[in-house]
Amino acid sequence: MSASKRKLVVVGNGMAPGRMLEYVLEADPNRFDITIFNAEPRVNYNRLMLSPVLSGEKTYEDILTHDDDWYATHGITLHKSARVETIDREAKTVTSVNGITAEYDDLVIATGSSPIIIPLPGHDLEGVLTYRDLDDVERMIEASNTKQHAVVIGGGLLGLEAAAGLKMQGLDVSVIHLAPTLMERQLDAAAGHLLEKAFVDRDIKVFTGSNTKEITGSDGAVTGVLLDDGTQLPADIVCMAVGIRPAVDLAKAVGLETERGIVVSDDMRTSDPTIFALGECVQHRGQCYGLVAPLYEMAKTIADNLLEGESVYEGSVTATKLKVTGVDLYSAGDFAEAENREEIVLRDAQAGIYKRLVLEEDRIVGAVLYGETSDGPWFFDMLKKGTDISEMRETLIFGQSFQGGAPLDPMAAVAALPDDAEICGCNGVCKSTITNAITSKGLTDLDDVRAHTKASSSCGTCTGLVEQLMAITLGDSYDPNAVKPMCGCTDLSHDDVRRLIKAKGIKTIPDVMQELEWTTSNGCAKCRPALNYYLVADWPDEYADDYQSRFINERAHANIQKDGTYSVVPRMWGGMTSSSELRAIADVVDKFDIPAVKVTGGQRIDLLGIEKDDLPAVWADLGDAGFVSGQAYAKGLRTVKTCVGTNWCRFGTQDSTGLGIRIEKFMWGSWTPAKVKMAVSGCPRNCAEATCKDVGIICTEAGFEIHFAGAAGLDIKGTEVLGQVTTEDAALEHVVALTQMYREQGHYLERIYKWAKRIGLDEIRRQIMDDDVARKRYFDAFVFSQKFAQVDPWAERVSGADKHEFNPMNVLQLEAAE
Amino acid sequence: MNVMAGNWVAIGQLNDIPRLGSRRVIIGDLKLAIFRTSDDNIFALEDRCPHKNGPLSQGIIHDGCVTCPLHNWVIALDTGQAQGADEGQVQTFPMRVDGETLMLDVATLPALTGA
Ligand code: SRM
Ligand SMILES: Cc1cc2nc3c(=O)[nH]c(=O)nc-3n(C[C@H](O)[C@H](O)[C@H](O)COP(=O)(O)OP(=O)(O)OC[C@H]3O[C@@H](n4cnc5c(N)ncnc54)[C@H](O)[C@@H]3O)c2cc1C
Ligand code: SF4
Ligand code: FES
Repeated sequence: MSASKRKLVVVGNGMAPGRMLEYVLEADPNRFDITIFNAEPRVNYNRLMLSPVLSGEKTYEDILTHDDDWYATHGITLHKSARVETIDREAKTVTSVNGITAEYDDLVIATGSSPIIIPLPGHDLEGVLTYRDLDDVERMIEASNTKQHAVVIGGGLLGLEAAAGLKMQGLDVSVIHLAPTLMERQLDAAAGHLLEKAFVDRDIKVFTGSNTKEITGSDGAVTGVLLDDGTQLPADIVCMAVGIRPAVDLAKAVGLETERGIVVSDDMRTSDPTIFALGECVQHRGQCYGLVAPLYEMAKTIADNLLEGESVYEGSVTATKLKVTGVDLYSAGDFAEAENREEIVLRDAQAGIYKRLVLEEDRIVGAVLYGETSDGPWFFDMLKKGTDISEMRETLIFGQSFQGGAPLDPMAAVAALPDDAEICGCNGVCKSTITNAITSKGLTDLDDVRAHTKASSSCGTCTGLVEQLMAITLGDSYDPNAVKPMCGCTDLSHDDVRRLIKAKGIKTIPDVMQELEWTTSNGCAKCRPALNYYLVADWPDEYADDYQSRFINERAHANIQKDGTYSVVPRMWGGMTSSSELRAIADVVDKFDIPAVKVTGGQRIDLLGIEKDDLPAVWADLGDAGFVSGQAYAKGLRTVKTCVGTNWCRFGTQDSTGLGIRIEKFMWGSWTPAKVKMAVSGCPRNCAEATCKDVGIICTEAGFEIHFAGAAGLDIKGTEVLGQVTTEDAALEHVVALTQMYREQGHYLERIYKWAKRIGLDEIRRQIMDDDVARKRYFDAFVFSQKFAQVDPWAERVSGADKHEFNPMNVLQLEAAE
Repeated sequence: MNVMAGNWVAIGQLNDIPRLGSRRVIIGDLKLAIFRTSDDNIFALEDRCPHKNGPLSQGIIHDGCVTCPLHNWVIALDTGQAQGADEGQVQTFPMRVDGETLMLDVATLPALTGA
């Protein structure tokens, strides 16, 4: 079938093409056969976030935007460390330095830009770095472990972020800047000085208006920097951040029209209509861009045109924020002096605040905010819309919340933003998009909002705004920093409660409420089921399950339906069934005339619409045919999906069906913080969809690859690899141990992928894969608790347990009065 | 008008209902939910949530309220009023406990008074 697909080749795997592919796949996942060449030896990450990585505030994992799973899931071929060297426009092929050739129908060149290196004497010494990609960051971090002095050449956005990062890594840092003030491209002199002061306060030396004469060194490595005025600075590393140059060499070499960048028309096509250019390498209407927002707009345009759309890109106005923790700086538009321009300036030396608006015919054309930037988006919004501000001219500079006399409170300001006001500049997400997502999708934490709207997922500087929006939309229920209490009955978090239950050896719900000072007499529908689970999990042999604290589905052992009837899902181990099982189900359906029979998404059969009073009788018949409860209602082991594996499949590498059944038979009945769904696939084709489950196994010739922390419900997330094992026994042991670790640490209703995010994948791998003692302990603990858990709840009730649940206390026939 | 005012009938024993539990009582087409709180107070409500008719008898009971199993509305057992932001009310019926016996005042049942 892929023969019929168009071949899309992308040169460069940066942020712009990353976003473009998301748009393309969203619109039509099957249109293209996609191949990407990346000079970097890795997947795709958020370049904007390199500075937090350099400063140690984030890790590489934190800033990944597309990991290997993503490419695999979308069937995209990614060639890493494969710099494209030539394009044959006749044959429509591209070829990389390491000799990989790919044919294309559509080609996108997204080579980004390269840092400029001034050919100073000594520029080629060891220890002279640039600041563009992760390798640069890794070199700088490494240097900071062994070295002492760093000199940054260039006091622009990048140079300053590099300087701040290197400082946080403990180096002694100097910044050398040619212009008289820092960031002169984005800031006017006044703001530049405030910025300089902020850096000096962090004990970073700043030399403005100075030129570097030469980089000095001895036996091949840098030792210092010499300035024009004779100043000598010691240096073990020198970071050149003097600007970027669109990477046009490839395009130029193959005869595409280039000037500063690769020249494109409004539809983003180069001089060769089958070739698009995208990102920082582009020159559009004479403009080259160095910020992501415009590149994302280009990405959208190209995606649409690749799918026969007719979008045009019309250029962008950009705003910049400096991402140095503790320095608030916002700048947008153009503030060169000119006679038809006036300015409004606000200075508050005390508070270190400086604001300047540049006006042209009652419209904002430029804005610089220093020290207090919350009004940035508001000004930028009016700047882009060309709003006439004559009405509020007098008070304009005091910001939005001031208009209409509202108190100067940032919340009020955000609340007052118009629905179409842009909150996230990088991703062009407006206020209403965010608030709607929060309400319609019931989002309650920042990560969810990022996942669903992309807001604050790039440079992160709008995070504060997004959090304020969440606070406004969700009311008091949202407090970013507060450890969330379990519920209204206590101030303790789930963690505290779990810890205290163990520490104090508390063994009943009333005791928990007494000891931990619950503010209600019997808790609520939120905390009671949670407490009940924690006690069941912590004291499997001693704790008597509190029936009244279970959600109805777990009391009735069936799923309540909207009309108050119930559904019944018997286990079909590993999705296998037989004629006699199916016959038994058919008989039950007829006997109790059950209105609906459905094949579930979990490889078994759901009988829906059963009257509660009939449940025990239904179970009795199912039980006679050998069925047990499928626990489709339980916060516990749900399904273990399998594929046919070596039993039948020509690709099967292991007995995936057998292993799945073995796992399900071993683990059924266990209670877990939230439902647990597993799957075993017989080969990497993965027909059992193991890579979106809570726990999944992919069989290979070599053995078993264990996956975990996938999600395919409210959120969608590919699994992470836990590790490789070679035998079925080992696979079972590791899966069981993993589940037990989750049982002991998970918050009630927290799926495995959320727990894993909280605990950290590496910590989990360490305990389950590397620490044999820990793994064994978890395994034994699980086996012990199964002694008490593995009782078929249906059989119990058929033999009379909880009778009161299934029949009314009384059925009266009263005669109406005459 | 209603001829059988204060007409109390026995509908069950206290211990038929677990503490913090509920049982259903069916009278003609009327479904009732009888609740027992942790301090042995007994309440009778129509077994129909004001939101979307969820069976309140299947909910979790706490602090004089029941949380509906379908969408978690919280209903006060004494007044039948929906709590918090939600608005709505379920009809409640007089109950009394004679020793161990649960007595319901059927005089007030709509099924009987209503025409
Ligand atoms: C029957 C079934 C749909 C079907 O007809 O196929 C189903 C039905 C329900 N799902 Fe599901 N889910 C079913 C497979 C799935 C799957 C697919 C799978 O399991 O492979 C998913 C996505 C994977 C996952 O689990 O995330 C799925 C994600 C959900 C979610 C979202 C969970 C999440 O954390 O994202 C809910 C809501 C929840 O659990 O809070 C949910 C809840 C429900 C409930 C239990 C709603 C409720 O609380 O009453 C539905 C009960 C209907 C009933 O009485 O059977 N169901 N549900 C499937 C039963 C599987 C089984 O055999 O046990
Ligand atoms: C430290 C830092 C901080 C930044 N902060 C911000 C910010 O706060 N806000 C903002 O808007 N922008 C910021 N930027 C700019 C932003 O990161 C870039 O505008 C954006 O990443 C450009 O995306 P791109 O896809 O065009 O190019 P890139 O992301 O640079 O990707 C180009 C990729 O193509 C590869 N490549 C090049 N040539 C070839 C070839 N011939 N064959 C194969 N692969 C090739 C390169 O190795 C590179 O991986 C920052 C940049 C840096 C370095
Ligand atoms: S997706 Fe699941 S929860 Fe939603 S309606 Fe279908 S079965 Fe119910
Ligand atoms: S029916 Fe009771 S909450 Fe919806």
